[in-house]
Amino acid sequence: MIEIDVNGKKHNVDATEDTPLLWIVREQLGLTGSKFGCGMAQCGACTMHLEGEAVRSCITPLSRAKGKKIVTIEGLDKSLSEPIQKAWIEKDVPQCGYCQSGQVMSAAVLLRENPKPTDEDIDNAMAGNICRCGTYQRIREAIHIAAKSI
Amino acid sequence: MLDEVKLKRRSFLKTGAITFGGLVLGFQIPMACSKKQGMNLKDIAYHAPNAFIKIGTDESVTIIANHSELGQGIYTSLCQLIAEELEVDWDKIKVEHAPIDPAYNHTQMGPIQATGSSISALSEWTRMRQVGAAARMMLIDAAAQTWGISPSDCSVEKGVVKGNGKSLTYGQLAEKASELEAPDLESIALKDPKDFKVVGKPIKRLDTKIKTNGEAMFGMDASVPNMLVAVIARPPAFGGKVKSFDANTALAIDGVKHVIEIDRGIAIVADGFWNAKKGRDALKVEWSSGTNGNLDTPKQSLAFAKELQSVGRQAEERGNLKEGFGKASKVFESEFEFPYLAHAPMEPMNCLADVKEDSCDIYIGTQMPTFDMLTASHYAGVAPEKIKVNNHYVGGGFGRKSVLDGHIVSEAVQVSKAVGLPIKVIWTREDDIRGGYYRPKALCKVKAAIDENGNPIAWEHHIVCQSFVRGTALEQMLVHDDIDHLAVEGVVHTPYNLPNFKLLWHETPNEIPCLWMRGVGHSFNAFTVETMIDQLAEAAGEDEYSFRKKLLKDDPRSIETLELAISKSKWGQTLPSGHVLGLAIHSSYGSCVAFVVEVSLENQWPKVHHVTAAIDCGPYINPDAVKAQIEGSAIFGITSAYYGELTLKEGAIEQSNFHNYKMLRMHETPFVDVHIVESDKVMGGVGEPGVPPIAPAIANALYKLTGRRISKLPFDKKDFV
Repeated sequence: MIEIDVNGKKHNVDATEDTPLLWIVREQLGLTGSKFGCGMAQCGACTMHLEGEAVRSCITPLSRAKGKKIVTIEGLDKSLSEPIQKAWIEKDVPQCGYCQSGQVMSAAVLLRENPKPTDEDIDNAMAGNICRCGTYQRIREAIHIAAKSI
Repeated sequence: MLDEVKLKRRSFLKTGAITFGGLVLGFQIPMACSKKQGMNLKDIAYHAPNAFIKIGTDESVTIIANHSELGQGIYTSLCQLIAEELEVDWDKIKVEHAPIDPAYNHTQMGPIQATGSSISALSEWTRMRQVGAAARMMLIDAAAQTWGISPSDCSVEKGVVKGNGKSLTYGQLAEKASELEAPDLESIALKDPKDFKVVGKPIKRLDTKIKTNGEAMFGMDASVPNMLVAVIARPPAFGGKVKSFDANTALAIDGVKHVIEIDRGIAIVADGFWNAKKGRDALKVEWSSGTNGNLDTPKQSLAFAKELQSVGRQAEERGNLKEGFGKASKVFESEFEFPYLAHAPMEPMNCLADVKEDSCDIYIGTQMPTFDMLTASHYAGVAPEKIKVNNHYVGGGFGRKSVLDGHIVSEAVQVSKAVGLPIKVIWTREDDIRGGYYRPKALCKVKAAIDENGNPIAWEHHIVCQSFVRGTALEQMLVHDDIDHLAVEGVVHTPYNLPNFKLLWHETPNEIPCLWMRGVGHSFNAFTVETMIDQLAEAAGEDEYSFRKKLLKDDPRSIETLELAISKSKWGQTLPSGHVLGLAIHSSYGSCVAFVVEVSLENQWPKVHHVTAAIDCGPYINPDAVKAQIEGSAIFGITSAYYGELTLKEGAIEQSNFHNYKMLRMHETPFVDVHIVESDKVMGGVGEPGVPPIAPAIANALYKLTGRRISKLPFDKKDFV
C-alpha cells in the first residue's frame, strides 16, 4: 500500500510504483475529472497539481507522487476555480469539454503565478494543452477575464 | 454483419419508413405526442407529454436529448427550441441523454439515432418546437379543466398558467396533464420567428459548468461494479491477423486476469488500464501481415497516379469539354495530393459493455447509438430490444465516433461475453492514430481553361480516392450510379458557373478502413476548386474577389457570404509589411462559409495572423454556437494544413501520438472573427462547413508570398524556403 494525499485527503492505494498517478486517481479514487488523452505528456488533458506545480499525471509515476500534495480539478481551491469557471461560462469556452479540466488546471497555475498575464504569457503557459475543438481563442479571452477577479 | 441484424431489426423499428434497398431509411414524421407512443417512462411523478420532455411535480423540466453532444452545443440548441414554445424558465431546464427508442430517430437520415453530417439542428428545427408547443397546450388544458374555463382564457409565462384570477405552476399541473390526450400535429401552431425570445439568441451553453469542474461524464468515465479494463493488441498492418500468441508473458504481469483472442486481436484484461497496457506490452504475438502488408505510401501514391490515367466514372457533365478547350486562350493543369488523416478526438475510443444472460448494457459516448445497439445485439447474441445504450458526453467526435461497423462496441462486447464481467475497452492514443478509419488519401487533377474574355470555358476534374462507404450499411444511400457522393461532394453541383464541365471519380481499393472526418469529401475537394479558381482569376487578370463574384452571381447565398466576409476584412486596405490576404469560399452541408485570412511567413513557415469568416447557415438557433463552430473549424482545418499526414510503411501507419501527428496549439492560433449572414434561406449545418475553405484561403495567400501554388497538403517547409 502506498499513501498519497489527493485534494487534502489521504488514501492508501494498492498499485505498483510505476503506475501513473492519473490511473490511480481515476480508477482507484474514482475522480474522473482528469482525463487520459495521450499517455506521453503531449496533450495536457491529465494535468494535476503536485506541490502546486502543474504536472502531466499520465507520466507521473506513483513513486514520484507519494507523500506529496496532489490537487485535481475536483479539489482546486475556490479562490482559483470560481473566477476561472465564471470566466469560462462568460466566454462559453468548452465545446466537447474533454480537455477543459486540464486547461483549467494549467490556467490556475498561470494565474496564481502571474495575476496579469499578457497574451504571450498565456500562449506560453498553455502551450502544453491541446484542444482539438479549437477553443483556444476563448480560453485566452477567459483567462484575461479571470485575471481581473483574482 | 449489419445486414443480418438489420433484417431482424426492421420489424422492431415499426417506423413506417421508406426503404432504399437493404437498409431501412426514410424521413420519419415526428411522433406526435401521445403518452402511449414513445417511451413508457412508468414514472407517475412525471408528466411525460412525449418522449422529449419530462416535467416533474417538483417543477423540474428535463429535456431528453436525442442527438449526441460532441461539443457542437446541440443540447443547448435542442433546449432552446423546446423552451421557445414551452414558455419555461430557462434556469429550470436540465438535459438527459436519450436512450434508444424509435421516437428519437433522426428526421432527415432515416430510422436511426445519429449525430453527424451537420444536420442535427435541421432534424429538430420543427419537431422540437412542436414538442414544446404540445406540452404547453396540454398543461394549459389541464389548468383550464381544473378551473372550468376555456384554454383560450388562460395565459402562460415562465412555467405558470394563469386564468380566472388564479394561477398554477407546470409542476402542479404535471400529473393532470399527463392524463390528457396529446394534441394533433395539425392543431399545433408554432410561433412566428419574429416573436422568438429564446431561439436565435446567444443563450449560454448548459454544459459549461460541468465541463469546467470535472463533473461531466464522458464514456471514458463510466464504470460499474466488478468492471475490468481491457486493452487490445490489434494487428499492426491493416488486414493482418493473429498467427500465434503466448498469453503467459502477459498473464505474468500483476493485475492481468485474462488474455482472450477476439476477431480484431487479443484482449488483455486487467484490474485497471495500466496493468492491462503493461500486459499488452509483455504479450508475445506473431501477426500475419495480411493482404496489405506491403502497403507503403510511395507505392500507394504511384498506384493512385496510375489510377488517374484510367477512364474513371463520370459523376457530372455539362456542355462539351472538347469544344470548351477548343475555345481556350489559356489552359492550366494541376494535380493535388491529400494524405490520410486521423480524427484524433481528445477522448480516445472506449466502450464499456456488460453482457448478461439475456441483456447487455453499453456505456459509451457515441454519434451512432443505433448501429452500436445492432452491433452489441449481434455479438452478445441478445435481441436488440434487450440492449441498453447509455450515451455520454462525447469527448470530440469529428466523425470518428460515428462508425457503421460497430468495431468499438464489438470489442468490448466480445470480451465481456467471454469473461462474464463488465469490461471497459480503452484505446490508447497510439491505437487511435494507428487504428484506421481515416479521412481517405486522395489525388485530384484539374485541367481548366479561360477564354479570351477571361471567363472559365472548360473544367475537367478528376478525383482519385477510395469510397467512404463501400461495403457499409449506408452504401446504398450514398453511392448512386457507382459514384460515392461523399467522394465528389463539393465539386459536383458547384455553385460556380463553369460551362463545359466534367467530373470523374476514380475509385481505389478499400485497402485500409476509412471514414468520414469533419468536412468529409469537401475537405479536399474545396482545396482543389478554390486554389484553381485563384489560379484562373490571376490568368484572367482579375482580383480573386471580383472573379468569384462574377462566377457565383446566380447563387445568392454565396454572394452574400462573400460580400460579408470581404466587408468585415482588411480587403483593399494597407497591410503590415510582409502580410497578405487570401480568400476562399465553399458551400457544404447546406451552408456557405467564406474566409479572408491574413498571412505572413515567419521562420519559413506560414503564420496566420487573423481570420475573418462569414457564414450563411439560414436561420440559426444560437449565434454564439455558430461562431464557436466556425472558430473551431478554422483551427481544425489549419491543423490539417500544417501538420495532418499519416504515412504507411509495411501496411502500418508510421505516426503514433501527438508528437508526430501534431495538433495546432494556442500560440499558433489566430483570432477568428465570425460574422453571420442574416438569412431566411433554408437552414444549413454549422459543425463542418467551416473546415473546407480555410486551407485553400491560406494557400491562396501563400501564393502571393512565394509565387508558388501549393498542390499538396500538409504544407511542406521546402515550399517556403
